[in-house]
Order: sequence, then structure tokens, then C-alpha cells
Amino acid sequence: MRLAVLGAGAVGRSVAELAGEYGHEVVALADSRHATVDADGIDVSSALERKDAGDALGSATPEELFETDYDVLVEATPTTLGDAEPGFSHVRRALEDDRHAVLANKGPVAERYEELRDLERESAGSIRFEATVGGAIPILSTIEDSTPEAVTAVRGVLNGTANFILTRMAAEGLDYEHVLSEAQDLGVAEADPTFDVDGTDAALKFVILANVLADGGFSLEDADVTGIQNVPGSALELAAEDGRTIRLIGEATRDGVRVGPRLVPENGALAVTGTRNIVQIETRHAGSLHNSGRGAGGPETATAVLSDVGRLPPL
Amino acid sequence: MGEEIDDEPETDGGIRAYTVRLELVDEPGELLRALAPIADNGGNLLSIHHERGNITPRGHIPVEVDLECPPDRFDAVVDGLRDAGVNVIQAGAERYGEEVSVVLVGHLVETDLSETLEAIEADAAAAVVDLSLAAPDGIDAVSSARLRLAVDSGRVEDAIAAVRSIADERDLSVVEPLPGGDA
Repeated sequence: MRLAVLGAGAVGRSVAELAGEYGHEVVALADSRHATVDADGIDVSSALERKDAGDALGSATPEELFETDYDVLVEATPTTLGDAEPGFSHVRRALEDDRHAVLANKGPVAERYEELRDLERESAGSIRFEATVGGAIPILSTIEDSTPEAVTAVRGVLNGTANFILTRMAAEGLDYEHVLSEAQDLGVAEADPTFDVDGTDAALKFVILANVLADGGFSLEDADVTGIQNVPGSALELAAEDGRTIRLIGEATRDGVRVGPRLVPENGALAVTGTRNIVQIETRHAGSLHNSGRGAGGPETATAVLSDVGRLPPL
Repeated sequence: MGEEIDDEPETDGGIRAYTVRLELVDEPGELLRALAPIADNGGNLLSIHHERGNITPRGHIPVEVDLECPPDRFDAVVDGLRDAGVNVIQAGAERYGEEVSVVLVGHLVETDLSETLEAIEADAAAAVVDLSLAAPDGIDAVSSARLRLAVDSGRVEDAIAAVRSIADERDLSVVEPLPGGDA
């Protein structure tokens, strides 16, 4: 497939770098201001070297990316909430041009799912978005393979930052503020960690899961979300007395989305440690399935994008 | 960092509570020796009732241990106890209909913890069988309390909903268990 990669952050650049290994060709790569476009395949490493040196990715404009002959638009620009722009318009444009779109951007799938599906129905192209939920972990394809109708609920830990903080609080008996600054020093938490610790990031992923289970109907404002900022170290100590620990757990069903700190058995499957993620997919006919792995990171998330590309039908 | 889990005993995610009755020789270190096989086989200890005043007909001390583990691991726990030379009198009978833990967080003392507990026993139709309170920054600051509730079978969701609304009224937050999350 010929890929046009929009977004040159950790995920977009990893997609561009790894595409060849997966048998695909990158014909365009753009960030918010510049692009490099070549119908015969761009030179990914020199484009990224230019960007790292503070220069433009290439001499083209992002607009020219859409004008090239590509099969799949990879939407890897930062997640935005509300109207999910400009990500939504990028995907609309690809579908209106009868191309495929693979999203790593959570915004459009969480906030404007029905509109995306309507555009897809009118298009020869299709959309896929495995990378928006749990990075490298095959969650959506597992649901797809089980058929969404046979999945009754999805639960789990889908934010590595919050999980890292809770794990350290429990292991070291430390308070939230202390562990948060440690996580920031280690680069696990962003300078502004609000999106992770207030549960928004996890909620977006579970909203996407609920949309897949129910074929739409959910956005962030439908989710019941509580963060971990008010969990004191003492709560984790008390949980441990009972062989339990506290994790930021999300739940998606056809009835709703809920994210909050919950008690889980210390040795249970959902009590993953550090930045590891896990989901439990509850099925009607096959019991519970657990998928665990790295839920974030450039190359990790890029593998999900490229798996999606591999599942697309030829245009 | 993400690798520690690989060293943990594997679980299939399904966890159930069990009670085992043991009898121990009244010697120092016997209790500790008897509990090691439980942890070694991936069981979580929930509580230990050490009936020091009672003596079994054979002159031993009865001990009742509540633990939880995946169902397919319970036999290994019991075998481990027997291999360690511990006399297992009874294994597997669940003690309560259902038991569930919650952690309350907030100004628990100022909002009158005993009133909160009374309200829970009355409205949630639950018995508070265990309570511990942690107030590391003093009783005027935010503190946490863990409650273990015994609830009639099939009533866990109702009991938790009642606890949630009592906590809301008192501006406390509840860290709830995850029903179904263990299955």
C-alpha cells in the first residue's frame, strides 16, 4: 500500500520508518506546516533528519499530501477533543477521495464516530483505528474477530502514566504528588499530566470501545470519569491489607463508559504494574480474553497502525 | 519496568474466596510455616482466625484461614499445605454468601465514621466484618478506611450502590471493587 502519513510525532515518524519492513511504501509525510511528497516513495530518514535539525520536512505544503496518489491516509496528528479537528477533516477528505484512513488520533473516533461511519459508507475506502486503543495491543481486532455482538464488556487498564503512579505509590508507600514528580523526571508523565491522571485519556479509549460494541452513540461527555489525583497513599496501604490494590480501571459496555480508581486483587490479571496495559474482553461464547502489552510508545503504536494497513482490502 | 509481571505466578484472572480449616501444633513458628504454602501457590490471604483458646480433640489449635485464588489453583494450595505437613481439616467451604471490600477516602473522622458505618449497615443491608482506618496526616486531614462487608449472595451491586450514595451525601469518595473484573 502507498501511505500518506499525516503527523510527524513519535507515532507518525515510527510508521514512516517501519512501513518498508511491513511491505508498504511512504509517498508523503507531513507535519502541521510542511510536507515531503514523492510518488516513487519519499526518503524517510533524510526528511526526519531535516526535521530534527530544525528545518522543514520537505518543500511541499501539507495540502499537497492529499493531492498525491496514495492508498491509505495515516492520521497521526495530536488528539483533540470536542470537534476533533483538524483530524476529523483529514479523514473526511481521504474518504471523500475514496481512500482508506487509519487513525492513531483518538479524537475523531471518540467524539464523532457516527459521522465517520456515515462517511465510510459513502466511500470506497474504509477506516481502521487499532492504534487509538492500547497502542501495540490488538484489542479492536480481537473484538472484530469475536464479532462485537458477542462481546459483552471490555475492562482494563489503558493509561500507563496513571498505572505507573499507582504502582509506585503502592510499592513505596508514597503519596501521589511525590510519585508524580518522579514520573515526570523519568519521562513517564508529561509536564502537564492532567489528561492522564484525571482519567480523560483512558475515558477516550473506553468511549471508542463502547462505540465499537454499540456501533456508535458515545462521546467523552457520556462517560462517568474519576481520576487518581485524590487517591491517598493510605488507601493503597489499606487495600493491600486485603490482598488488593487500586488501579485506574475503565469499563465499556453497550450501556455506558466508566473510568475510575477500583479495587482489584493484587495477583489478579488486571493488576498490571508500571506502564503496562491490559484489557479483559468478556465474550458471550468464549469466556474472558486478556490482552496485555505496551499501550504507548512510537514504534509500539506504529505496529498497530501497520497491522491495520495490512488488514485493508485493495482499492 | 513493565516486565515485573512476568515473574508473578500466572493467573487466569478468575479469583474466588475459600476457607480452609487447619489444625496446628502449639509451637512457635507453626502458623507462619502453615501459611507459606498458600502464598507460594499464588493464594492471597484474606484473614486468619487463630482460635488459641480452643483445642481440638487431638490437642491441636484450630485455625481458620480465608484466602482467595483462581479456582484451578486451589487444589495446589491445599496440596501444598498437606505437603508441608499441615493438617487440613476442611477445605473449600465459602464462609459468607459474598464478601466485598471497599475503601472510603475523605474527611472520615470529621464526617463521623461511626455514623457512616451505621448508615451502611442499615441502608446497604451489609455487615461490616472488618474495618481499618489510616489517617497518616492526622484525623483532621484526608484519611482512608477499608471496610470488608458481608453481603447476601447476589446483593453485591445493590450494597455498593448504597455505599456510593451514603458516601456522596458525606462528600467522601469510594474506591469500589470491580464486579466481574475477576471472572
